[in-house]
Amino acid sequence: MASQADWRPTASPAVLKLRATLLARIRRYFEREQVLEVDTPALSCAAVTDPQLESFATPYHGPGERHGRTLYLHTSPEFPMKRLLAAGSGSIYQVCKVFRDGEAGALHNPEFTLLEWYRTGFDHLDLMDDLEQLLRDVLDGILPLASVHHWTYRDLFREFAGLDPFTATATGLMNLLESRHALVPVGMQDATLDDWLDLAMTHVIEPQLGNGLVFVRDYPPEQAALARVRPGNPPVASRFEAYLNGVELANGFHELTDAQEQRRRFKEDCARRERLRLPAVAMDEYLLDGLAAGLPDCAGVALGLDRLLMIACGAGSLAEVLAFSFEVS
Amino acid sequence: MASYSTNEFKGGLKIMLDGDPCAIIENEFVKPGKGQAFNRVKIRNLKTGRVIERTFKSGESVEAADVMDVDLQYLYADGEFWHFMDTDSYEQQAADATAVGDAKLWLKEQDMCQVTLWNGVPLAVTPPNFVLLTVAETDPGVRGDTSGGGGKPATLETGAVVRVPLFVDIGETLKIDTRTGEYVGRAKD
Repeated sequence: MASQADWRPTASPAVLKLRATLLARIRRYFEREQVLEVDTPALSCAAVTDPQLESFATPYHGPGERHGRTLYLHTSPEFPMKRLLAAGSGSIYQVCKVFRDGEAGALHNPEFTLLEWYRTGFDHLDLMDDLEQLLRDVLDGILPLASVHHWTYRDLFREFAGLDPFTATATGLMNLLESRHALVPVGMQDATLDDWLDLAMTHVIEPQLGNGLVFVRDYPPEQAALARVRPGNPPVASRFEAYLNGVELANGFHELTDAQEQRRRFKEDCARRERLRLPAVAMDEYLLDGLAAGLPDCAGVALGLDRLLMIACGAGSLAEVLAFSFEVS
Repeated sequence: MASYSTNEFKGGLKIMLDGDPCAIIENEFVKPGKGQAFNRVKIRNLKTGRVIERTFKSGESVEAADVMDVDLQYLYADGEFWHFMDTDSYEQQAADATAVGDAKLWLKEQDMCQVTLWNGVPLAVTPPNFVLLTVAETDPGVRGDTSGGGGKPATLETGAVVRVPLFVDIGETLKIDTRTGEYVGRAKD
């Protein structure tokens, strides 16, 4: 529905100014911490294999490619940043636009700004402290951090959903969500345990997180993504998520450095994509080669900058903090 | 059979849910960064009018409901059915008490109403936002009282009871807001 005001920005001038302030403070923080700002390609020959992430694909025609070639817009700068780390860059950060097909809503925009950084010699626990310090610096005088809470994924589910995610079954979760939370989702016939856990997380737990900064760590190995898994009973992934005022803000890993394990996970992703009839994608051999050459021990995190801005100015949707939202881009 | 993917969800879309026709009121996209996407949807059951919240796994398809809103003229009631007519085709539709529901309090012959058809059969009737109805019964009017404060009950020709100002008399025609059931004013003639 076109109206006369459609050309105008969806964010107010005050919010655009606040965005610039946050960016300046972020750069100042990393300069002080001696973390190097880098800029890696947004177009990539390979795509992310994660079945829960869909890359935009676009054809390239021109020198070197007579018949055209598919390139992918990155969903995060993780792979090339890890290649920089493998090449000896030391700690690095990047602020860039990333692209995710199929994601639009109050908290999603198909293109958004990510702040991603890697600290060599850090594990996920060190990086959580780093993230907290960055938020304190960047939000100083704008939004006080009401509180900071730390949970393991297991304790969080026990406390807020009344279940143990490490022993739960898909059927058990289904029954519990229905009886205790009146949640009867549609289309979950082929859902995996992780799908049910995601449902519990987004529908039952997140609404109870409240204001302040909440860290969740030690995810089930099935949700490790690119984090290393620590042996134990049960084994847990050295992965964390940060929630600010109940909104998922950042996801971090103590990074997996084992190229063979990474290849195994990519293959598993590809097999799952095939089962789900999702587009097949080529795994990033450059990343695997970089890991094989030696990724230094490091931890990395990606933070949704638009969401941070949204929370900082008390907005209810990303459209209010984007110069032009997806609908009028 | 027609169906909609969750990507087509938006306000006003009519879908089948648990065997009942429903209309989507609000659609919210929910997705953890590294997890399954869902559509959290506020839905009105068009049979019962109840609003519920349901979550769909994103990418699923649901059956479309063959629901259509048409403007029909109210003709008469025969005690069991309320009869409506398409003023272009003269085709008639009979709505039962369930479909008519509370709208029966505001139905006046020859008024145009919105009738929701499900599989071609009336499912719900929405009267015009404002109707003109004559007072059948009320306490005698108090002359000169235009304060509007207090008021009294008045029974209208359709049987509806509304609160009216004290000065209103039997036989007067009143303008009523059917959405709230409130008196708006005296009909200007």
